[in-house]
Amino acid sequence: MLRQTDDGPRLIGSRCPSCKAIAFPAQQACSRCGARDVEQELLDRRGALWTWTVQTFPPKAPYRGGGDDFSPFGVGYIELPGQLRVESRLTEHRPDRLRIGMPMELTTIPLPGGESEGLETFAFAPVEDAE
Amino acid sequence: MSDRVAIIGTGITRFGIHKEASGLELAAQAARAALEDAGLDWGDVQVAAGGSMSAGSADSTVSQLGLTGLPFVNVFNGCATGGASLTTATAMIRAGQADVALVVGYDKHPAGAFDLDPATWGLGAWYGEAGLMVAPQYFAMKIRRYMHDHGISDDTLARVAAKAHRNGALTPTAWRQQPVSEEDVLGSRLVCPPLTQLMFCSPGAGAVALVLASADRVPASRTPVWLRSVAFRTRRYGSFEPFSPSVPLEQTASVSANAAQAAFAEAGVGPQDVDVAQVQDTESGAEVIHLAETGLCADGDQERMLADGETEIGGHLPVNTDGGCIANGEPVGASGLRQIREIVLQLSGTAGPRQVPNSPKVGFTHVFGAPGVSACAVLTR
Repeated sequence: MLRQTDDGPRLIGSRCPSCKAIAFPAQQACSRCGARDVEQELLDRRGALWTWTVQTFPPKAPYRGGGDDFSPFGVGYIELPGQLRVESRLTEHRPDRLRIGMPMELTTIPLPGGESEGLETFAFAPVEDAE
Repeated sequence: MSDRVAIIGTGITRFGIHKEASGLELAAQAARAALEDAGLDWGDVQVAAGGSMSAGSADSTVSQLGLTGLPFVNVFNGCATGGASLTTATAMIRAGQADVALVVGYDKHPAGAFDLDPATWGLGAWYGEAGLMVAPQYFAMKIRRYMHDHGISDDTLARVAAKAHRNGALTPTAWRQQPVSEEDVLGSRLVCPPLTQLMFCSPGAGAVALVLASADRVPASRTPVWLRSVAFRTRRYGSFEPFSPSVPLEQTASVSANAAQAAFAEAGVGPQDVDVAQVQDTESGAEVIHLAETGLCADGDQERMLADGETEIGGHLPVNTDGGCIANGEPVGASGLRQIREIVLQLSGTAGPRQVPNSPKVGFTHVFGAPGVSACAVLTR
């Protein structure tokens, strides 16, 4: 789902050569036109927060980060210009620090419940400084 | 030959917590009540369709109702199961396979958020492992964006929930029987911001059954409620639906909009003709959004409508007069049929203390569920 590049991690999506629709994660067939010859395409690393919420209670299995160790986490869709809106965990969970339109950047975080195995998942983090 | 279908009987159980009865027993109770309401016996039913998410196969009710050998189709389409069951039975009558059909929807869920397997929706385990397989997240994110785009306030969300509890207090079979204030709603525990506990429905138990009949089987003594249309749709590319790891930039009309348009077109009426409505209120934001998606109002109108009481029982467009999913809970298989039954009561003038005044003639129902399915119906009297 993720590839490490010289610029850091990039999410692996797919694009349909027939109708140009782009999706994440990479698909076997295009959900717009049904074409089977979709190709992998790396998603951009930066975008704007399109919407968000906070998960305040532990999700059920297969989430392994529940129980006493549970920490609330942000969830949102990040609009990657010219590509799509991708759903992701956020590194920020405080509602007063999240707003629609804020710039976000892809990163990786330890997978809750999978830290001892070195498992990671992707997340988007607020871009603290404008480029 | 007429392809008109009427609803000639309805039955319902109490909604909420049922410690003793199983889901199937609730389904059988509702079926018997619907048959009694229709003045028919189980032996008069020629086809049946029904479903539940968590409480077994609907066709197992035959062992309690009687093994007559009738065709009984099990239906499951998430929270739209009731609407999909109604679509199925209606199609069977219109195809000439039967004159009398039973539709039953029921469920019995444990408390707390739904326990969902990503694989059911064609998603990898990663989605659940990352903590994204939680339905309230979608509803919270969808309403947050909608509030941003169309100027809807938290007060409007609170008003929807307060209305639901107020109407539930007038509904003997509802789970939530106590009114709550808007302050109570806003002050209740945050679930997924901006949504609080009192803004949400809760999974629960309950059953509803309907008896449908073709026009020539309607007893002469009755003025029936006609099912003018029922339209069931799945999502198209570009609509923002639950459990979507990505959404295209080019947003298109939602599945609810598609189903509503089709239902109105088939019935030959428009949203402006609707006298009383039920729209999916999984949580307050869903009721707000679905009013616009079904065409009952324009985007942003909801702020004024809720402030002015337009969707109250005595208002211009009464919505969810029995308290909706928020007050009744969400037994997934039953909710779509609860909505239909409430409209039947309203059009028949038998809704008691929650009766909409001035003899409503045109009713509309909308049900919605994951992964983006909707069924809408138009009823007239």
